[in-house]
Amino acid sequence: MLKIFKHLRKKDWLLVTLGVAFIALSVWLELRIPGYMREITMLVQAPGTEVSEIWIQGLWMLGTAFMAMITTVIVGYLSGRVAAGFGRDLRVKVFGKVMSFGMAEVNGFSVPSLITRGTNDISMVEQIITIGFMTLVRSPIMAVWATTRVFDQGLEWAIATMVSVGVLLVTIVILIIFALPKFKIIPKLTDRLNLVAREHLSGIRVVKAYNAKAHEAEKFEKANHELMKTNRFAERMMASLWPVVGVVMQALPLAIYLIGAYLINNAIGEFDLEESGALFASMMVFAQYAIQVVMSFLMMSFMLVFLPQAIIAARRINEVLEKEETLTYPETSQSPTNTYTGVAVEFRGVNFKYPEADDYVLEDINFTIKDGETAAFIGATGSGKSTVLKLITRAYDRTSGEIAIAGKDIKVYTEKELTDKIGYTLQKATLLSGSIASNVAFGKKDATAHLSDIKEATDLAQAEEFISKLEQTYESEITQGATNVSGGQRQRLSIARTLFRKSDILIFDDSFSALDYKTDRKLREALKKNRRDVTKLIVAQRVSTIMDADKIIVLDEGRVVGVGTHQALLENCNVYYEIASSQLSKEELANG
Amino acid sequence: MANENNEQAIELDNLDTKMASNNIKKLRAYMKPYMGWIILVAFTTFVSSLLAVWSPNLIGDVVDYIAAPFAEENVAAFMQTGYFANIDMDAVWGVGRVLIGIAAAVFVLEFIARFTMTDIAQILSKRLRTDMSAKVDRVPLAYFDSEDTGNTLSRITNDVGTLHRTINEAFIAVISGVIMLITTLVMMFIVNWMMALTALAAGLIGFAFMGITAAKTQKHFKAQQEELGKLTGHVEEVFGAHDVVKTNHAEEFVTRQMIEINDRLYQSSFKGQFAMSVLSSGMGFMMNISTVFVMVVGAVLTFNGTITFGTIAEFLLYVGLFNQSLGSLGEQGMTMQMGVAASNRIFEFLEAEEMANEEHKTGHIEAVKGQVLFDDVKFSYNPEVPIIKNFTAAVGAGRKVAIVGPTGAGKTTIVNLLMRFYELNSGAIMVDGVDIATMKREDVYDLFCMVLQDTWLFEGSVYENIVYNKKGVSYEQVIEVCKAVGIHHYFKSLPDRYDTVLTDKVSLSAGQRQLLTIARAMINDAPLLILDEATSSVDTRTEILIQQAMDKLMVGRTSFVIAHRLSTIKNADMILVMNEGDIIEIGTHDELLEADGFYAGLYNSQFDFGTDEASA
Repeated sequence: MLKIFKHLRKKDWLLVTLGVAFIALSVWLELRIPGYMREITMLVQAPGTEVSEIWIQGLWMLGTAFMAMITTVIVGYLSGRVAAGFGRDLRVKVFGKVMSFGMAEVNGFSVPSLITRGTNDISMVEQIITIGFMTLVRSPIMAVWATTRVFDQGLEWAIATMVSVGVLLVTIVILIIFALPKFKIIPKLTDRLNLVAREHLSGIRVVKAYNAKAHEAEKFEKANHELMKTNRFAERMMASLWPVVGVVMQALPLAIYLIGAYLINNAIGEFDLEESGALFASMMVFAQYAIQVVMSFLMMSFMLVFLPQAIIAARRINEVLEKEETLTYPETSQSPTNTYTGVAVEFRGVNFKYPEADDYVLEDINFTIKDGETAAFIGATGSGKSTVLKLITRAYDRTSGEIAIAGKDIKVYTEKELTDKIGYTLQKATLLSGSIASNVAFGKKDATAHLSDIKEATDLAQAEEFISKLEQTYESEITQGATNVSGGQRQRLSIARTLFRKSDILIFDDSFSALDYKTDRKLREALKKNRRDVTKLIVAQRVSTIMDADKIIVLDEGRVVGVGTHQALLENCNVYYEIASSQLSKEELANG
Repeated sequence: MANENNEQAIELDNLDTKMASNNIKKLRAYMKPYMGWIILVAFTTFVSSLLAVWSPNLIGDVVDYIAAPFAEENVAAFMQTGYFANIDMDAVWGVGRVLIGIAAAVFVLEFIARFTMTDIAQILSKRLRTDMSAKVDRVPLAYFDSEDTGNTLSRITNDVGTLHRTINEAFIAVISGVIMLITTLVMMFIVNWMMALTALAAGLIGFAFMGITAAKTQKHFKAQQEELGKLTGHVEEVFGAHDVVKTNHAEEFVTRQMIEINDRLYQSSFKGQFAMSVLSSGMGFMMNISTVFVMVVGAVLTFNGTITFGTIAEFLLYVGLFNQSLGSLGEQGMTMQMGVAASNRIFEFLEAEEMANEEHKTGHIEAVKGQVLFDDVKFSYNPEVPIIKNFTAAVGAGRKVAIVGPTGAGKTTIVNLLMRFYELNSGAIMVDGVDIATMKREDVYDLFCMVLQDTWLFEGSVYENIVYNKKGVSYEQVIEVCKAVGIHHYFKSLPDRYDTVLTDKVSLSAGQRQLLTIARAMINDAPLLILDEATSSVDTRTEILIQQAMDKLMVGRTSFVIAHRLSTIKNADMILVMNEGDIIEIGTHDELLEADGFYAGLYNSQFDFGTDEASA
């Protein structure tokens, strides 16, 4: 928890110090108010007092109250500045950190978890600063200061106050001991209920088809009952706290007056009129101090519930910020020497396993792809074809072996150089909210300035046809999740986004399978014509998509089992023949 | 123009209160079984509030007894006789005992009220959730085809949660707040009208200030929520598209966007927090003003002999109660608003139109053979756009019908109609001569096995997922079926074999999921079959497995297959060619090729191209 505060700026520490000073000031002012009440009581009792004297004390009292308000407002201003600024800085830091992550780190945390850490968790920490400032700093100061005042006024009264605080604290501790374990499992039970309901909803057709209504209801009822039972226990516990608070708040003033009666009576018994008068005045204000003390302790104990959550949130944020990236790029461009060989991509004895995994996903991969060639990767799921592509872009780093692009090891390229060299279309076509233009020219500040390039890219990607039919063509809105375009359109736009960047190497990771066969063919023809010199790497499921590639690399269980053209592989590669024969008819196999 | 706007605003306000009172009516109907308990809560809260207001009055008496020796005549007597009157301790204790009694009674009453209310709120929320879950099965499928699942889910969990909090907190707080506010005012005026006016004036000044600040705070809070929503949206989107950002080297671009939103959030969240602290300092100031007013005016009045010290003590407590109940009522106003919004969404769903009652339906098929007849079927999702027009076709028992067409051609419509997920506009679908519309829906479902492309698994063991709703299926049967579909060796290799729980951690591939659902359909063993063929995301070996499994499933069953595969289409007994929602051609493969229509075009172009997928 404390570690996270090292992200506070120097200026913020100054504000915090100032804030603590103002809190002390406001506590001092607020504790003065009962003092004036005491003065007034004394004045009323004392013979020969002028009414104006009472009014003067009243004005003082009002002024003090006003000053107390001003100081708390200042504290609010300071804590607001610190908290909001801290939240802002943390959000930028976490966001930037996540942007620097490689795929290994992102998958290690998981995307939903990173989202929570970058938003909700930070809000939580932000809140603890504002609330904490008020309670964690103010309440102890108030408790200590008010307690000393209480002791000043008389020991017997102080004991009554302490007993009240004790009763409250014991009650709260008991409740926390019993209720906290329940509170911890409530989120899990809520998740369970959510899961059951979500399954029911997403499988509504299956549930109906299998007449499983009662079955689902039973499952839901079980989760529902479990949640209700646990919730009820925890809430009953909390429900019993309030009557205790109520009774303490009622009994304390009563006890103070009863004790006061005895004290005053004793003073009277000793004929000490002055002392008994002073006691009476003290009694009148004592209730005020006592309530302040009790309230402060109450506030502090509430933090016990809130604090653990904030601590967990802070820890989760720290985990992100302190995560060391496994993948580093050189800061500056290296070795301008260009001993160019005409080889675009080369793998030499590459092995790869995921960090912390035991088994190799790729073993001894060797191949070369020349400039301008179209190379295709094919194989069953899990054969490692997508992984090969991920190694080229350094989404992951190879475990051993060498990978070179344009004759240079990929590790000597800066991040920008590498991403500029490679245009990568992912298997899952993800668009971001914005316009069609801003998605195709993704990363460019002013997308409309690149309209002709955008047009060229969308034309190649066979997206021109549907875009031109849209009312606002390139300025048409893409909603979040891109739900307003179809899967095929999304894929074409994502291909256009890659083509827009005019890279030396194009990679299509199974990007054609969401296209219908006609578009698939047109697209490949357009690429052949307009991106003649560009090296193309294609992963595909359909043999038809890749059969005219210059080089087909067949993968099976992480190894290369065949390299060659369609015709050659049909003849000498069993795995390829098996794949092809399951997709093509006999005539086609024969005709090649 | 301005007038119009005003009128609209007023109308909206009326609508709001109308809606709120409507919802309260509905909620009341819901709470009927617990009315006795609710009355208990109301009664105990009522009594304890009254007692709480009575006690300051008694405290005043105590103070007066204590102050009695300091009265002028007593002081004067002391001056003369040297004898000072004592405090009448018996009287003090007399009142003190009553006060202790009151405190104890309030404790017990409040305990009963809160405890009972917690239980009522819990039971009510549970019932709402149960009813909503049951409602899911009663609304027509069309509802979920147009409504986001997340939205319905949020009604069942979040909205019920919000309503729960509202009921749990607001009910008691409002009753006690109102009672205390009124009785405190009355008591103050009874005791001393001048002091009462003073307290009231102080309270009102405070509240005028609070009202102004609260309005401002609300505005900033809303802005903060909005900006926070925008930021979360952006973060979700960018983190979700992390790979896209990386491969396009757009980190700087998205970070710049983020900083822009974040800076706006900073401004609004600072303002929100600051306004909040102004509000709470204002609350403190209000309390202090009241104290000052009461103290000073009280002192002056005591000085004049109009009132006693007891009255001051009493009023100090009363202004506390008065301000506290006003504040809590204001707070509850906000809670109630949220509660009303939540209950709107809850009842909107609970009152959604349901499927027609079918208890009277008696249609029944004795021994199912599986002849299916589409008799002049007309159907549309949207009344203005008729989709299937006058479709008539007869399918013999055990035959195979392939449904083909490009993506988005409406192939699932046939499934929706056969399963009566949607009702026909006119015409009939008959199975073995019985119109399925005359049968209960459950009986229609029993006729079909169904395997959808969108495989559905739930968190549970492999065994549970395969058996699903079927009772009394042995492990041997399940294993046998899994062997038949060719997935036994995989399940066997899982840590707990067939008892392995399928969660996010044990992830099955798309192909394995598909095989599991086929196994589920085999266990179900219904006479007719609806089948959606495998997807493009499955690798070739698994694809072969799936195809073999599906072929096994089709044996002896009248099958409706949404086809992607050449082999399925070629040997189908009937092909339904669909485009733009309608069935445009019917026939066998050879007949359709001969006719040289849409199907022929579709088939030739793919053949020409060497792939056997009609669409992906």
